[in-house]
Amino acid sequence: MNASQEAGAEGPDTNGPDAEREDQERDPGLQPERTRLAWRRTTLASTVAAVLAVKTALHGGVSATGVVVCALCCALWLGFLFTAHRRIQALAATAAPRPLAPRHATAAVLCTVAVAVCGAALVL
Amino acid sequence: MIEFARNVRLWFEPQEIRGEGRTPDYRFSLANERTFLAWLRTALALIGGGFAVDQFLPDLRWAWRVGLALALLGAGVLCSLRAVNHWMRCERAMRRGEDLPVSRFPAVLSLVVAVVALAMVVVVLVGWEG
Repeated sequence: MNASQEAGAEGPDTNGPDAEREDQERDPGLQPERTRLAWRRTTLASTVAAVLAVKTALHGGVSATGVVVCALCCALWLGFLFTAHRRIQALAATAAPRPLAPRHATAAVLCTVAVAVCGAALVL
Repeated sequence: MIEFARNVRLWFEPQEIRGEGRTPDYRFSLANERTFLAWLRTALALIGGGFAVDQFLPDLRWAWRVGLALALLGAGVLCSLRAVNHWMRCERAMRRGEDLPVSRFPAVLSLVVAVVALAMVVVVLVGWEG
């Protein structure tokens, strides 16, 4: 009990000066850069999925359902792009970026799931 | 299942997770984030595979084509949901200083992919005739 309280109390202390010092020096492992590139790769993968979804939606000629699903997939792709862009900006802002916010992780996952649901609706 | 529901609540409430334990080295968090993104790419690849089966195997019988496509899309959905859940559990374990969670999911996913691949080989060989 005591140990955890102490650990909790130390939390903010280690955060303050260390974070400032780490702002000065780059991480030799280039972790923020690697994470940024991982976001880029994932955006690319989501682009491929979105293009395939649009192709499926408009496959049997232009129909009302096809156009609606197509627009939805484009909106979801834009949503993913926006999430990735915000995270990339946050990673570039400081040398020791904060951890990913659960809300953004959930947003990215929900975009992915929604594209899959659109796909299931199109395939059936 | 209850554990999963509790985690789902955490997805939307970042303050709660930030209140627990102490902040780990930012590099560990970034590594965890990259693992999450790698799983998300796997999910996107599965979803893309589902679309590809539907689009590029038009000669297959309807039931096989739709079945395979839905199996791949479903695997993609499961994979992406598991990605965010596992990321959350790892993040929390690091904050509390516990061991990272272990998981059977990679083994299960490998088996599912292997089964789908075998099914595709059989279906493409047999379905061409019919």
